[in-house]
Amino acid sequence: MAEKVLMKGNEALAEAALRAGCRFFFGYPITPQTELAAYMSKRMPKIGGTYLQAESEVAAINMVYGAAAAGARVMTSSSSPGVSLKSEGISYMAGSDLPGVIINVQRGGPGLGSIQPSQSDYWQATRATGHGDFQIVVFAPSTVQEMADLAYEAFDVADKYRTPVMILADGMLGQMMEPVVMPAERDLATLPEKPWAATGHRHKRFHNVINSLYLPAEDLEVLNIERYKRYDVIKRDEQRAESYLTDDADVVLVAFGASARVARSAVNMAREQGIKAGLVRPITLWPYPVEELVRTLSTAKGYLVVEMNMGQMIDDVRLVVEGRAPVEFFGRTGGVIPTPAEVYERIVALNEKVGE
Amino acid sequence: MSELQIVLAGFGGQGVLFAGKVVSYAALIEDRELSWLPSYGPEMRGGTANCSVTISDDPIGSPLVTTPDVLVAMNQPSFDKFLDEVREGGVIIADTDMVPNLRQREGVRVVGIPSTTLAEDAGLKGLSNIVLVGKLWAETHFCARETLDAAMGKCVPAKKAAMLEKNKQALEIGIGA
Repeated sequence: MAEKVLMKGNEALAEAALRAGCRFFFGYPITPQTELAAYMSKRMPKIGGTYLQAESEVAAINMVYGAAAAGARVMTSSSSPGVSLKSEGISYMAGSDLPGVIINVQRGGPGLGSIQPSQSDYWQATRATGHGDFQIVVFAPSTVQEMADLAYEAFDVADKYRTPVMILADGMLGQMMEPVVMPAERDLATLPEKPWAATGHRHKRFHNVINSLYLPAEDLEVLNIERYKRYDVIKRDEQRAESYLTDDADVVLVAFGASARVARSAVNMAREQGIKAGLVRPITLWPYPVEELVRTLSTAKGYLVVEMNMGQMIDDVRLVVEGRAPVEFFGRTGGVIPTPAEVYERIVALNEKVGE
Repeated sequence: MSELQIVLAGFGGQGVLFAGKVVSYAALIEDRELSWLPSYGPEMRGGTANCSVTISDDPIGSPLVTTPDVLVAMNQPSFDKFLDEVREGGVIIADTDMVPNLRQREGVRVVGIPSTTLAEDAGLKGLSNIVLVGKLWAETHFCARETLDAAMGKCVPAKKAAMLEKNKQALEIGIGA
């Protein structure tokens, strides 16, 4: 049994990535993800990996593109404004079917915003990480343990579907410490083969091309349609969510990441007062865990979406609920963390509204 | 449900985060749920740096403590900022050297010790934070006594044995204060 250790979320992301076989890290400093890059800079040279502080976020993501094209397990991390800068490169990776892991330890926005925790990049992560027809897989950890577990798995998911995977964390999860059990070190010899990678053909096969430029429209259409068939498989097989006390819930909260922790406390407060509240916590934001949410429709009289933004994931909840119950929103923005008491008040109000 | 929510607050550099870490490691050693959340970023000069520590038998919701059971205040601004946030029936432990205006609040027990002086008189300059952790333990018994020393052992690197002894001494002073 592996030892339980105390770690910051940012450090847990880094250590788990190394254990998953990540040997290349390219980044540019930004708060509140700094500990991740610092950890990588200390550890990478000791295990024969490469840590490189690039001249910019744009350079870093293009280095990720290069390492991924050569078949390596590679990661970059940043925080909101820095992820915006990476968006072009992420689109290129998606267009070239390259696996890689991108961390966003979100802070308040828009613009340079604040450095406090936020979830206001939900739309960016799930709708428009860059230009063009594509999606990326997005994981939303809610504990330091999950930061480790999802960072570890992200590399496998990325390789399996040849897609970029994002871990959408936030300043709170990045900065906090919790007990964590690290996943086992991967034997690098057991990592998946990448016959498509540009590693040199030694005159033994036709050369592999990693490219996202396809001038004939018909060629590009074929590729995009093929990629969306892969997305259908991802949507079918990779949805993840956790439900808490939803079996008999009148009021169903929906929250992810840090705000799900607050929502869970509020659900407990409501239950103590005899209100049948529950929580659905999406762990994948794309693919959205539609099936788990559909299951709550049989009891739910109302939904309360709790986010650290002005209301973004609520769109996905409304798409599932389709008007069959009221969907309300509570959020704090700019880097403010909601309190369980605030959320509890909204539960009470919604419960009164939807009750007989 | 047994849960203890603590806020430790002071100036940056007083060792508020480290003190919170010692408490956290004690909870880790006893295999309890815990969370440690620092305030981060540019704190205003003269303002407060603080950290939230929660120890619980159940999964912890928000790690941000807004209504602490215990406040450890290492300066006046921190004391003033959090005095009204402490839960009814809670405890405030303050360094009276740094909190000259130790106002009382109904329903909250305010315990003041001159931890800066106590540390300095014992030749432990800079360990006022640990003296306060000792007092925090004496007031709340958040872990077994031997766990406290073990937690300190986890926080001070093994190669700094002398430093570890001083920290343990500081704990003892706080417990007896």
